[in-house]
Amino acid sequence: MIDFLQRFGRGWINKVERLGRATVFLVHMLGALFSLLKRPSLLVKQLHANGVMTLSIVLVSGLFVGMVLALQAYNTLIDFGQENRVGTLVALTLVRELGPVVTGLLFAGRAGSAMTAEIGLMKATEQLSGLEMMAVDPYKRVFAPRFLAGFIALPMLAAMFSAVGVMGGHLVGVEVLGIDASAFWSQMQSATSFTSDVGNGLIKGLVFGFVVSWIAIFEGADCIPTSEGVSSATTRTVVYSSLAILGLDFLLTAVMF
Amino acid sequence: MNSRAIEVMVGVFMLLFFGAIFVLATKISNLTSFSSSEGYTLVAKFENVGGLKPRASVAASGVKVGEVTKITYDAETFEASVSLSIDEKFSDTFPTDTTASIYTAGLLGEQYIGLDPGAEIDMLQNTDEITLTQSAIVLERLIGQVLFSRSGGS
Repeated sequence: MIDFLQRFGRGWINKVERLGRATVFLVHMLGALFSLLKRPSLLVKQLHANGVMTLSIVLVSGLFVGMVLALQAYNTLIDFGQENRVGTLVALTLVRELGPVVTGLLFAGRAGSAMTAEIGLMKATEQLSGLEMMAVDPYKRVFAPRFLAGFIALPMLAAMFSAVGVMGGHLVGVEVLGIDASAFWSQMQSATSFTSDVGNGLIKGLVFGFVVSWIAIFEGADCIPTSEGVSSATTRTVVYSSLAILGLDFLLTAVMF
Repeated sequence: MNSRAIEVMVGVFMLLFFGAIFVLATKISNLTSFSSSEGYTLVAKFENVGGLKPRASVAASGVKVGEVTKITYDAETFEASVSLSIDEKFSDTFPTDTTASIYTAGLLGEQYIGLDPGAEIDMLQNTDEITLTQSAIVLERLIGQVLFSRSGGS
């Protein structure tokens, strides 16, 4: 019994200690962000790695999610003679929830895991300590550009996801199922507000971008520098990021809407 | 990949983002229609607004001419005071004896305000009040009245 309690307590102490290290890491990383003003090319490179390379999966997913939403909404709303509201349902669902959340999950799986693996391998092959040996700060050279790129790329991707999703909804709803096009758009426009719906969706994207980038980079920098350590760090990134996104989404939705 | 190609692709990425924001602003949300700067405001007081909500549309002859901006309770007259933002295009269009009624779009649809112009020569101006109003039909009150009259008659 005492052994069990000791293990339980030690587990929690380790978790809290790790959270503390992650927070210190974050503060260092935020302090290093200003150095990017001198070398914006580092940010551009990471925007390409995190944003451009994730674009295809986000756009394809957005299109199909929008199409499926329209199909399901139509099948339900037709019973009430309200099939014109398919547009409203698709737009609000995408802009408020699915845009930021699904993009966040895809981003964690595609870009977050890649960031962790890259930084973990840098650590395993002693490139990070090599940088320090050459008096190059890894926070400024490696971590900060990746963090900022993830932070701004995720809301951008979420906006594209929502826009493409609505196009997918239009394709299925109007072109295939035959809803009146003007009713589709006008009902959507009267129900969707730019500031409170689209704006809050973008804020969610920013929060998710912050958290996913932080988790991914910290897991990479904090991993055990072996092949096994890097692989488990990559797994942890996806698991923690996904859980953080879903939990934060609930909190943000409760506060915003 | 050389840095030029990377920069070009990031540029395209940014353009796509701005395109998405443009679509979200103009096609999906109502940012471009009826902003607060354009148009003029009319006030209508109703005994009961039912389920009317801000941003509900204001229509004349079925054509959208504006939207509801604010619904407040007037403690002096014990009525709901509804502010209507009418599009600039429709200034000097509605006579002073215009009637504002709350209708429901379809059986389950949302509520909106319908304006029925009267015959006066003077036109409603900014901040004027529409005095002729017809409240929303509250279904449960209607059912209550029917039940009451039936039970009273028997």
